[in-house]
Amino acid sequence: MTMQAMIDEWYPVGLFSQLDQAGRTTTLMEEPIIVACDADGHAKVTSGNGRTLPVLVRYGHVWSSLGEPRKELFPIPEADQPGRRFVDVGCVRVRCSPLRAVENFLDIAHFPFVHTDILGAEPHTEVQNYKVEIREDVDEVWATQVKFYQPLAAKSASGGITTEYMYRVPAPTCSVLYKTCPPRPSEWDVITLFVQPLAEDLCDVWPWMALFDDVTSMTDLIHFQQTIFLQDRSILENQIPRLLPLDPGMEIPTRADLTSVAYRRWLKRHNYTYGAQLVAQ
Amino acid sequence: MKLYDYILSPSCYKVRLMAALTGVKLELRPVDFHPGAEHRGPELLALNPAGSIPILEDGDLLLTESSAILVYLAAQAAPEWLAGSKPEEAARVQQWLSFSGRLTASLGGARLHEMLLRPGDIGALQAQGIAALRELEAGLFEQAQRGKRFLAADRPTVADIACFPYVALAPDGGVSLDPYPTIRLWSRAVRALEGFIEMPGIHRLHELKPEPTVETGDA
Repeated sequence: MTMQAMIDEWYPVGLFSQLDQAGRTTTLMEEPIIVACDADGHAKVTSGNGRTLPVLVRYGHVWSSLGEPRKELFPIPEADQPGRRFVDVGCVRVRCSPLRAVENFLDIAHFPFVHTDILGAEPHTEVQNYKVEIREDVDEVWATQVKFYQPLAAKSASGGITTEYMYRVPAPTCSVLYKTCPPRPSEWDVITLFVQPLAEDLCDVWPWMALFDDVTSMTDLIHFQQTIFLQDRSILENQIPRLLPLDPGMEIPTRADLTSVAYRRWLKRHNYTYGAQLVAQ
Repeated sequence: MKLYDYILSPSCYKVRLMAALTGVKLELRPVDFHPGAEHRGPELLALNPAGSIPILEDGDLLLTESSAILVYLAAQAAPEWLAGSKPEEAARVQQWLSFSGRLTASLGGARLHEMLLRPGDIGALQAQGIAALRELEAGLFEQAQRGKRFLAADRPTVADIACFPYVALAPDGGVSLDPYPTIRLWSRAVRALEGFIEMPGIHRLHELKPEPTVETGDA
Protein backbone atom coordinates (compact mmCIF):
# COMPACT_ATOMS: atom_id res chain seq x y z
CA MET A 1 0.00 0.00 0.00
CA THR A 2 1.08 3.52 -0.64
CA MET A 3 -1.02 6.55 0.08
CA GLN A 4 1.16 8.97 -1.83
CA ALA A 5 -0.35 8.73 -5.31
CA MET A 6 -3.90 8.97 -4.00
CA ILE A 7 -3.34 11.62 -1.36
CA ASP A 8 -3.57 14.48 -3.88
CA GLU A 9 -7.00 13.43 -5.14
CA TRP A 10 -10.34 15.03 -4.25
CA TYR A 11 -12.70 12.97 -2.08
CA PRO A 12 -16.32 13.49 -1.03
CA VAL A 13 -16.58 14.25 2.69
CA GLY A 14 -20.20 15.34 3.19
CA LEU A 15 -23.45 16.63 1.74
CA PHE A 16 -23.39 20.36 1.17
CA SER A 17 -27.08 20.57 2.15
CA GLN A 18 -26.30 19.18 5.60
CA LEU A 19 -23.40 21.43 6.56
CA ASP A 20 -23.63 23.36 9.81
CA GLN A 21 -21.28 25.61 11.72
CA ALA A 22 -20.78 23.09 14.53
CA GLY A 23 -19.29 20.74 11.96
CA ARG A 24 -19.27 17.00 11.52
CA THR A 25 -16.27 14.91 12.48
CA THR A 26 -15.36 12.26 9.96
CA THR A 27 -12.25 10.55 8.64
CA LEU A 28 -10.27 10.77 5.42
CA MET A 29 -7.64 8.09 4.86
CA GLU A 30 -7.33 7.47 8.59
CA GLU A 31 -6.96 11.15 9.47
CA PRO A 32 -9.76 12.76 11.49
CA ILE A 33 -11.25 15.81 9.77
CA ILE A 34 -14.03 18.27 10.56
CA VAL A 35 -16.43 19.32 7.81
CA ALA A 36 -18.33 22.51 8.60
CA CYS A 37 -19.43 25.82 7.12
CA ASP A 38 -18.54 29.33 8.19
CA ALA A 39 -20.99 32.10 9.05
CA ASP A 40 -21.36 32.92 5.34
CA GLY A 41 -22.26 29.36 4.46
CA HIS A 42 -18.95 28.49 2.81
CA ALA A 43 -17.73 24.95 3.31
CA LYS A 44 -14.54 24.46 5.27
CA VAL A 45 -12.62 21.33 6.09
CA THR A 46 -10.05 21.14 8.87
CA SER A 47 -7.74 18.28 9.75
CA GLY A 48 -7.39 16.91 13.27
CA ASN A 49 -4.30 19.02 13.91
CA GLY A 50 -6.01 22.24 12.83
CA ARG A 51 -4.67 22.39 9.27
CA THR A 52 -7.07 23.94 6.74
CA LEU A 53 -7.59 21.50 3.89
CA PRO A 54 -8.46 22.23 0.25
CA VAL A 55 -12.21 22.38 -0.27
CA LEU A 56 -14.69 22.67 -3.08
CA VAL A 57 -18.43 22.14 -3.45
CA ARG A 58 -19.70 20.25 -6.48
CA TYR A 59 -22.43 17.74 -7.35
CA GLY A 60 -24.22 18.28 -4.02
CA HIS A 61 -21.16 17.28 -2.02
CA VAL A 62 -18.24 18.86 -0.23
CA TRP A 63 -14.88 17.62 -1.55
CA SER A 64 -11.53 17.76 0.15
CA SER A 65 -8.03 16.32 0.05
CA LEU A 66 -5.22 15.62 2.51
CA GLY A 67 -2.64 16.56 -0.13
CA GLU A 68 -2.42 19.18 -2.84
CA PRO A 69 -4.81 18.45 -5.69
CA ARG A 70 -3.09 19.24 -8.98
CA LYS A 71 -6.24 18.81 -11.06
CA GLU A 72 -9.73 20.21 -11.03
CA LEU A 73 -12.43 17.82 -9.91
CA PHE A 74 -13.56 15.71 -12.89
CA PRO A 75 -16.33 17.32 -14.97
CA ILE A 76 -19.89 16.03 -15.17
CA PRO A 77 -21.44 18.35 -17.79
CA GLU A 78 -24.92 16.91 -17.11
CA ALA A 79 -24.77 18.48 -13.64
CA ASP A 80 -25.35 21.87 -15.32
CA GLN A 81 -28.06 20.73 -17.69
CA PRO A 82 -31.47 22.32 -17.13
CA GLY A 83 -34.40 20.04 -16.38
CA ARG A 84 -32.45 17.43 -14.46
CA ARG A 85 -33.29 16.58 -10.86
CA PHE A 86 -30.34 16.20 -8.54
CA VAL A 87 -30.69 13.53 -5.88
CA ASP A 88 -28.55 13.47 -2.71
CA VAL A 89 -28.95 9.83 -1.77
CA GLY A 90 -27.04 10.16 1.52
CA CYS A 91 -24.15 8.33 3.08
CA VAL A 92 -23.89 4.60 3.69
CA ARG A 93 -20.89 3.13 5.50
CA VAL A 94 -19.46 -0.12 4.19
CA ARG A 95 -16.76 -2.25 5.77
CA CYS A 96 -14.88 -2.81 2.52
CA SER A 97 -12.06 -1.35 0.48
CA PRO A 98 -13.08 1.90 -1.26
CA LEU A 99 -11.72 0.40 -4.48
CA ARG A 100 -13.94 -2.66 -4.08
CA ALA A 101 -16.97 -0.41 -3.72
CA VAL A 102 -16.16 1.18 -7.09
CA GLU A 103 -15.39 -2.15 -8.74
CA ASN A 104 -18.73 -3.60 -7.63
CA PHE A 105 -20.46 -0.55 -9.12
CA LEU A 106 -18.82 -1.39 -12.46
CA ASP A 107 -19.99 -4.99 -12.44
CA ILE A 108 -23.03 -6.04 -14.45
CA ALA A 109 -22.99 -9.80 -14.09
CA HIS A 110 -24.30 -9.74 -10.51
CA PHE A 111 -27.54 -7.89 -11.37
CA PRO A 112 -29.88 -10.89 -11.71
CA PHE A 113 -28.62 -12.48 -8.50
CA VAL A 114 -28.23 -9.51 -6.16
CA HIS A 115 -30.74 -7.02 -7.60
CA THR A 116 -33.28 -9.66 -8.54
CA ASP A 117 -36.37 -8.37 -10.37
CA ILE A 118 -34.99 -4.81 -10.39
CA LEU A 119 -31.74 -4.55 -12.34
CA GLY A 120 -31.81 -8.13 -13.59
CA ALA A 121 -33.68 -11.41 -13.49
CA GLU A 122 -32.98 -15.01 -14.36
CA PRO A 123 -32.79 -16.37 -17.00
CA HIS A 124 -31.54 -13.10 -18.57
CA THR A 125 -28.05 -13.48 -17.12
CA GLU A 126 -25.84 -13.09 -20.19
CA VAL A 127 -23.48 -10.13 -20.31
CA GLN A 128 -23.23 -9.24 -23.99
CA ASN A 129 -20.01 -8.00 -25.51
CA TYR A 130 -19.13 -4.42 -24.66
CA LYS A 131 -16.22 -2.05 -25.25
CA VAL A 132 -13.67 -1.00 -22.66
CA GLU A 133 -10.84 1.47 -23.00
CA ILE A 134 -8.55 3.68 -20.97
CA ARG A 135 -9.00 7.06 -22.66
CA GLU A 136 -5.55 8.56 -22.67
CA ASP A 137 -6.65 12.16 -23.43
CA VAL A 138 -8.78 12.42 -20.28
CA ASP A 139 -7.04 9.63 -18.36
CA GLU A 140 -10.28 7.85 -17.51
CA VAL A 141 -11.57 4.29 -17.72
CA TRP A 142 -14.61 3.99 -20.01
CA ALA A 143 -16.94 1.08 -20.75
CA THR A 144 -19.47 1.62 -23.52
CA GLN A 145 -22.15 -0.32 -25.40
CA VAL A 146 -23.07 -2.22 -22.27
CA LYS A 147 -26.55 -3.71 -22.66
CA PHE A 148 -28.58 -5.60 -20.13
CA TYR A 149 -32.19 -6.70 -19.73
CA GLN A 150 -33.71 -5.04 -16.67
CA PRO A 151 -37.15 -5.72 -15.20
CA LEU A 152 -37.29 -2.33 -13.39
CA ALA A 153 -34.37 -0.27 -14.68
CA ALA A 154 -35.41 2.99 -12.99
CA LYS A 155 -38.22 4.41 -10.95
CA SER A 156 -39.42 6.02 -14.19
CA ALA A 157 -39.46 2.72 -16.13
CA SER A 158 -42.66 0.79 -16.66
CA GLY A 159 -41.92 -2.86 -17.21
CA GLY A 160 -38.77 -4.59 -18.40
CA ILE A 161 -36.46 -2.93 -20.91
CA THR A 162 -33.05 -3.60 -22.37
CA THR A 163 -31.02 -0.85 -20.78
CA GLU A 164 -27.86 0.61 -22.23
CA TYR A 165 -25.06 1.68 -19.90
CA MET A 166 -21.80 3.59 -20.12
CA TYR A 167 -19.43 3.50 -17.19
CA ARG A 168 -16.71 5.96 -16.47
CA VAL A 169 -14.02 6.02 -13.77
CA PRO A 170 -12.59 9.55 -13.61
CA ALA A 171 -10.96 9.25 -10.16
CA PRO A 172 -9.74 6.25 -8.16
CA THR A 173 -12.77 6.16 -5.82
CA CYS A 174 -15.45 7.70 -8.04
CA SER A 175 -17.51 6.29 -10.85
CA VAL A 176 -20.12 7.85 -13.11
CA LEU A 177 -22.74 5.71 -14.79
CA TYR A 178 -24.75 6.83 -17.82
CA LYS A 179 -27.90 4.85 -18.26
CA THR A 180 -30.90 4.75 -20.62
CA CYS A 181 -33.37 7.40 -19.48
CA PRO A 182 -36.83 5.84 -19.87
CA PRO A 183 -38.85 9.09 -20.17
CA ARG A 184 -36.30 10.80 -22.45
CA PRO A 185 -34.60 8.33 -24.81
CA SER A 186 -32.26 10.94 -26.32
CA GLU A 187 -30.61 11.63 -22.95
CA TRP A 188 -28.72 9.59 -20.37
CA ASP A 189 -29.59 9.40 -16.69
CA VAL A 190 -26.49 10.02 -14.61
CA ILE A 191 -25.89 7.93 -11.49
CA THR A 192 -22.67 8.36 -9.58
CA LEU A 193 -20.87 6.58 -6.80
CA PHE A 194 -18.61 8.91 -4.82
CA VAL A 195 -16.56 7.01 -2.25
CA GLN A 196 -14.87 8.57 0.77
CA PRO A 197 -11.98 6.34 1.89
CA LEU A 198 -11.95 6.22 5.70
CA ALA A 199 -9.33 3.48 5.80
CA GLU A 200 -8.06 0.86 3.38
CA ASP A 201 -10.92 -1.44 4.38
CA LEU A 202 -13.63 1.03 5.37
CA CYS A 203 -15.50 3.64 3.36
CA ASP A 204 -18.46 5.98 3.31
CA VAL A 205 -20.34 5.80 0.03
CA TRP A 206 -22.22 8.84 -1.27
CA PRO A 207 -24.38 7.99 -4.28
CA TRP A 208 -25.69 10.97 -6.25
CA MET A 209 -27.94 11.21 -9.30
CA ALA A 210 -28.88 13.68 -12.02
CA LEU A 211 -32.06 12.38 -13.62
CA PHE A 212 -34.81 13.36 -16.00
CA ASP A 213 -37.91 12.32 -14.06
CA ASP A 214 -40.65 14.82 -13.34
CA VAL A 215 -43.05 12.31 -11.86
CA THR A 216 -41.37 10.36 -9.10
CA SER A 217 -41.14 11.96 -5.66
CA MET A 218 -37.66 12.81 -4.34
CA THR A 219 -38.12 10.32 -1.49
CA ASP A 220 -38.96 7.53 -3.95
CA LEU A 221 -35.87 8.36 -6.02
CA ILE A 222 -33.68 8.20 -2.90
CA HIS A 223 -35.26 4.94 -1.78
CA PHE A 224 -34.83 3.31 -5.18
CA GLN A 225 -31.10 3.97 -5.13
CA GLN A 226 -30.74 3.06 -1.44
CA THR A 227 -32.48 -0.25 -2.13
CA ILE A 228 -29.99 -1.07 -4.86
CA PHE A 229 -26.97 -0.03 -2.85
CA LEU A 230 -28.03 -1.83 0.34
CA GLN A 231 -28.43 -5.02 -1.67
CA ASP A 232 -24.76 -4.63 -2.60
CA ARG A 233 -23.58 -3.76 0.87
CA SER A 234 -23.85 -7.22 2.42
CA ILE A 235 -22.05 -8.69 -0.60
CA LEU A 236 -19.25 -6.12 -0.40
CA GLU A 237 -18.70 -6.77 3.30
CA ASN A 238 -18.17 -10.45 2.62
CA GLN A 239 -15.63 -10.19 -0.19
CA ILE A 240 -12.27 -11.87 0.45
CA PRO A 241 -9.57 -10.64 0.48
CA ARG A 242 -10.80 -7.36 1.90
CA LEU A 243 -8.38 -5.32 -0.21
CA LEU A 244 -8.75 -5.20 -3.99
CA PRO A 245 -6.25 -7.63 -5.52
CA LEU A 246 -4.05 -6.03 -8.19
CA ASP A 247 -1.85 -9.09 -8.58
CA PRO A 248 -3.06 -10.96 -11.65
CA GLY A 249 -2.15 -14.21 -9.94
CA MET A 250 -4.94 -13.77 -7.43
CA GLU A 251 -8.09 -13.89 -9.51
CA ILE A 252 -9.08 -15.13 -12.94
CA PRO A 253 -11.37 -12.66 -14.72
CA THR A 254 -13.83 -13.59 -17.44
CA ARG A 255 -14.91 -11.52 -20.45
CA ALA A 256 -17.77 -10.03 -18.42
CA ASP A 257 -15.15 -8.48 -16.12
CA LEU A 258 -13.44 -6.35 -18.78
CA THR A 259 -14.28 -3.08 -17.03
CA SER A 260 -12.88 -4.38 -13.78
CA VAL A 261 -9.70 -5.51 -15.55
CA ALA A 262 -9.24 -2.04 -17.06
CA TYR A 263 -10.00 -0.37 -13.72
CA ARG A 264 -7.40 -2.49 -11.90
CA ARG A 265 -4.84 -1.91 -14.65
CA TRP A 266 -5.47 1.86 -14.49
CA LEU A 267 -5.14 1.86 -10.67
CA LYS A 268 -1.88 0.00 -10.93
CA ARG A 269 -0.51 2.30 -13.64
CA HIS A 270 -1.09 5.35 -11.42
CA ASN A 271 -0.01 3.65 -8.23
CA TYR A 272 -3.52 4.21 -6.87
CA THR A 273 -3.10 1.42 -4.36
CA TYR A 274 -4.70 2.68 -1.15
CA GLY A 275 -7.16 -0.16 -0.45
CA ALA A 276 -5.43 -2.56 -2.82
CA GLN A 277 -3.48 -5.75 -2.32
CA LEU A 278 -0.36 -5.76 -4.48
CA VAL A 279 0.91 -9.29 -3.99
CA ALA A 280 -1.42 -12.26 -3.74
CA GLN A 281 -1.27 -13.82 -0.29
CA MET B 1 -54.50 0.99 5.41
CA LYS B 2 -51.68 3.47 5.13
CA LEU B 3 -48.15 2.61 6.26
CA TYR B 4 -45.56 5.33 6.80
CA ASP B 5 -42.66 3.32 5.51
CA TYR B 6 -38.91 3.33 5.00
CA ILE B 7 -37.49 0.70 2.68
CA LEU B 8 -34.39 0.13 4.85
CA SER B 9 -36.21 0.00 8.19
CA PRO B 10 -36.47 -3.54 9.58
CA SER B 11 -39.47 -2.50 11.69
CA CYS B 12 -41.30 -1.21 8.61
CA TYR B 13 -40.31 -4.40 6.79
CA LYS B 14 -42.01 -6.44 9.55
CA VAL B 15 -45.28 -4.77 8.57
CA ARG B 16 -44.73 -5.16 4.82
CA LEU B 17 -43.79 -8.82 5.32
CA MET B 18 -46.79 -9.54 7.53
CA ALA B 19 -49.07 -7.88 4.99
CA ALA B 20 -47.55 -9.89 2.14
CA LEU B 21 -47.87 -13.17 4.06
CA THR B 22 -51.49 -12.53 4.99
CA GLY B 23 -52.63 -10.92 1.75
CA VAL B 24 -53.35 -7.49 3.25
CA LYS B 25 -53.02 -4.57 0.85
CA LEU B 26 -51.10 -1.58 2.20
CA GLU B 27 -50.89 1.92 0.87
CA LEU B 28 -47.23 2.88 1.33
CA ARG B 29 -46.24 6.42 2.19
CA PRO B 30 -42.42 6.58 1.88
CA VAL B 31 -40.67 8.54 4.62
CA ASP B 32 -37.30 10.19 3.90
CA PHE B 33 -35.68 8.75 7.05
CA HIS B 34 -32.14 9.05 5.67
CA PRO B 35 -30.72 11.51 4.80
CA GLY B 36 -33.82 13.72 5.26
CA ALA B 37 -34.79 12.78 8.88
CA GLU B 38 -38.42 13.32 7.90
CA HIS B 39 -39.56 11.14 10.84
CA ARG B 40 -38.34 13.95 13.12
CA GLY B 41 -40.25 16.59 11.18
CA PRO B 42 -43.50 18.27 12.29
CA GLU B 43 -45.87 16.21 10.13
CA LEU B 44 -44.73 12.85 11.45
CA LEU B 45 -44.09 13.99 15.03
CA ALA B 46 -47.74 15.10 15.11
CA LEU B 47 -48.70 11.51 14.32
CA ASN B 48 -46.10 9.88 16.52
CA PRO B 49 -44.41 11.98 19.22
CA ALA B 50 -41.86 9.19 19.69
CA GLY B 51 -40.43 10.10 16.28
CA SER B 52 -40.25 6.51 15.10
CA ILE B 53 -41.62 4.60 12.13
CA PRO B 54 -43.57 2.51 11.17
CA ILE B 55 -46.87 4.29 11.67
CA LEU B 56 -50.07 2.61 10.51
CA GLU B 57 -53.24 4.57 9.86
CA ASP B 58 -56.54 2.79 9.31
CA GLY B 59 -59.55 5.06 9.66
CA ASP B 60 -59.55 6.33 13.23
CA LEU B 61 -56.92 3.85 14.31
CA LEU B 62 -53.34 5.08 14.58
CA LEU B 63 -50.67 2.54 15.57
CA THR B 64 -47.01 3.33 16.20
CA GLU B 65 -45.74 0.08 17.74
CA SER B 66 -44.74 -2.55 15.20
CA SER B 67 -45.90 -5.49 17.35
CA ALA B 68 -49.35 -3.92 17.69
CA ILE B 69 -49.46 -3.41 13.92
CA LEU B 70 -48.58 -7.08 13.31
CA VAL B 71 -51.36 -8.18 15.65
CA TYR B 72 -53.81 -5.85 13.93
CA LEU B 73 -52.99 -7.16 10.44
CA ALA B 74 -53.21 -10.77 11.59
CA ALA B 75 -56.48 -10.22 13.43
CA GLN B 76 -57.95 -8.61 10.31
CA ALA B 77 -56.84 -11.11 7.73
CA ALA B 78 -55.25 -14.25 9.16
CA PRO B 79 -56.06 -15.06 12.80
CA GLU B 80 -54.01 -18.26 12.58
CA TRP B 81 -50.94 -16.02 12.91
CA LEU B 82 -52.09 -15.05 16.43
CA ALA B 83 -51.71 -17.21 19.53
CA GLY B 84 -54.21 -20.05 19.87
CA SER B 85 -56.20 -20.74 23.02
CA LYS B 86 -53.45 -22.70 24.81
CA PRO B 87 -52.08 -20.60 27.69
CA GLU B 88 -48.50 -21.65 27.05
CA GLU B 89 -48.64 -20.72 23.36
CA ALA B 90 -50.31 -17.38 24.13
CA ALA B 91 -47.60 -16.61 26.66
CA ARG B 92 -44.81 -17.58 24.28
CA VAL B 93 -46.17 -15.25 21.60
CA GLN B 94 -46.23 -12.37 24.11
CA GLN B 95 -42.79 -13.31 25.42
CA TRP B 96 -41.18 -13.10 21.98
CA LEU B 97 -43.13 -10.02 20.93
CA SER B 98 -41.68 -8.20 23.94
CA PHE B 99 -38.27 -9.76 23.36
CA SER B 100 -38.25 -8.33 19.82
CA GLY B 101 -37.83 -4.88 21.39
CA ARG B 102 -34.44 -6.00 22.69
CA LEU B 103 -33.41 -7.02 19.18
CA THR B 104 -34.40 -3.59 17.88
CA ALA B 105 -32.46 -1.80 20.59
CA SER B 106 -29.31 -3.92 20.30
CA LEU B 107 -28.92 -5.34 16.78
CA GLY B 108 -30.93 -2.49 15.27
CA GLY B 109 -28.81 0.06 17.10
CA ALA B 110 -25.59 -1.62 15.95
CA ARG B 111 -26.87 -1.64 12.36
CA LEU B 112 -27.76 2.06 12.42
CA HIS B 113 -24.35 2.84 13.87
CA GLU B 114 -22.39 0.78 11.36
CA MET B 115 -24.44 1.65 8.30
CA LEU B 116 -25.96 5.10 8.69
CA LEU B 117 -23.44 6.52 11.21
CA ARG B 118 -25.92 6.99 14.06
CA PRO B 119 -24.27 7.60 17.45
CA GLY B 120 -24.00 4.78 19.98
CA ASP B 121 -21.64 2.55 21.95
CA ILE B 122 -21.03 -0.03 19.24
CA GLY B 123 -19.27 -2.51 21.55
CA ALA B 124 -22.17 -2.49 24.02
CA LEU B 125 -24.80 -2.71 21.26
CA GLN B 126 -23.09 -5.69 19.66
CA ALA B 127 -22.61 -7.43 23.04
CA GLN B 128 -26.31 -6.96 23.87
CA GLY B 129 -27.19 -8.20 20.38
CA ILE B 130 -25.10 -11.32 20.84
CA ALA B 131 -26.72 -11.98 24.22
CA ALA B 132 -30.16 -11.71 22.60
CA LEU B 133 -29.15 -14.01 19.73
CA ARG B 134 -27.90 -16.64 22.19
CA GLU B 135 -31.22 -16.50 24.00
CA LEU B 136 -33.10 -16.82 20.72
CA GLU B 137 -30.91 -19.73 19.61
CA ALA B 138 -31.64 -21.54 22.90
CA GLY B 139 -35.36 -20.81 22.63
CA LEU B 140 -35.55 -22.09 19.07
CA PHE B 141 -33.51 -25.18 19.93
CA GLU B 142 -35.89 -26.02 22.79
CA GLN B 143 -38.83 -25.57 20.43
CA ALA B 144 -37.12 -27.93 17.97
CA GLN B 145 -36.82 -30.51 20.75
CA ARG B 146 -40.59 -30.16 21.23
CA GLY B 147 -41.02 -30.79 17.51
CA LYS B 148 -41.89 -27.16 16.71
CA ARG B 149 -40.20 -25.20 13.94
CA PHE B 150 -41.26 -21.71 15.00
CA LEU B 151 -40.94 -19.56 18.11
CA ALA B 152 -44.32 -20.19 19.70
CA ALA B 153 -45.84 -23.11 17.80
CA ASP B 154 -45.30 -25.46 14.89
CA ARG B 155 -46.70 -22.75 12.65
CA PRO B 156 -45.43 -19.22 12.20
CA THR B 157 -47.00 -16.53 14.36
CA VAL B 158 -46.67 -12.77 14.68
CA ALA B 159 -43.81 -13.47 17.12
CA ASP B 160 -41.66 -14.92 14.33
CA ILE B 161 -42.28 -11.90 12.11
CA ALA B 162 -41.50 -9.54 15.01
CA CYS B 163 -38.11 -11.18 15.61
CA PHE B 164 -37.01 -12.19 12.12
CA PRO B 165 -35.90 -8.90 10.46
CA TYR B 166 -33.41 -7.61 13.04
CA VAL B 167 -31.96 -11.11 13.42
CA ALA B 168 -31.55 -11.62 9.67
CA LEU B 169 -29.88 -8.22 9.36
CA ALA B 170 -27.51 -8.71 12.31
CA PRO B 171 -24.47 -8.90 9.97
CA ASP B 172 -25.26 -5.32 8.81
CA GLY B 173 -24.30 -4.28 12.35
CA GLY B 174 -21.15 -6.39 12.41
CA VAL B 175 -22.73 -9.31 14.30
CA SER B 176 -22.22 -12.68 12.61
CA LEU B 177 -24.94 -15.34 12.50
CA ASP B 178 -22.42 -18.13 11.91
CA PRO B 179 -22.52 -19.43 15.53
CA TYR B 180 -26.31 -20.03 15.51
CA PRO B 181 -27.36 -23.10 13.47
CA THR B 182 -30.91 -23.19 14.83
CA ILE B 183 -31.45 -19.52 14.02
CA ARG B 184 -30.26 -20.18 10.48
CA LEU B 185 -32.71 -23.09 10.06
CA TRP B 186 -35.51 -20.89 11.40
CA SER B 187 -34.50 -18.07 9.09
CA ARG B 188 -34.69 -20.51 6.21
CA ALA B 189 -38.15 -21.67 7.33
CA VAL B 190 -39.36 -18.05 7.48
CA ARG B 191 -37.91 -17.24 4.06
CA ALA B 192 -39.56 -20.36 2.62
CA LEU B 193 -43.06 -19.21 3.65
CA GLU B 194 -45.46 -18.71 0.78
CA GLY B 195 -45.76 -15.02 -0.03
CA PHE B 196 -42.42 -14.12 1.59
CA ILE B 197 -40.93 -10.83 0.40
CA GLU B 198 -37.36 -9.60 0.81
CA MET B 199 -35.79 -6.30 1.78
CA PRO B 200 -32.30 -4.98 1.00
CA GLY B 201 -29.88 -7.16 3.00
CA ILE B 202 -32.31 -10.09 3.27
CA HIS B 203 -32.07 -12.21 0.18
CA ARG B 204 -34.64 -14.65 -1.06
CA LEU B 205 -33.89 -18.36 -1.01
CA HIS B 206 -32.26 -19.02 -4.36
CA GLU B 207 -31.47 -22.52 -3.13
CA LEU B 208 -35.17 -23.40 -3.16
CA LYS B 209 -35.25 -23.24 -6.93
CA PRO B 210 -35.92 -26.60 -8.54
CA GLU B 211 -32.97 -28.97 -8.68
CA PRO B 212 -31.40 -29.12 -12.12
CA THR B 213 -32.20 -32.40 -13.83
CA VAL B 214 -29.25 -34.74 -13.67
CA GLU B 215 -28.85 -37.01 -16.67
CA THR B 216 -28.02 -40.53 -15.58
CA GLY B 217 -25.50 -42.14 -17.88
CA ASP B 218 -25.37 -45.78 -18.88
CA ALA B 219 -22.07 -46.45 -17.14
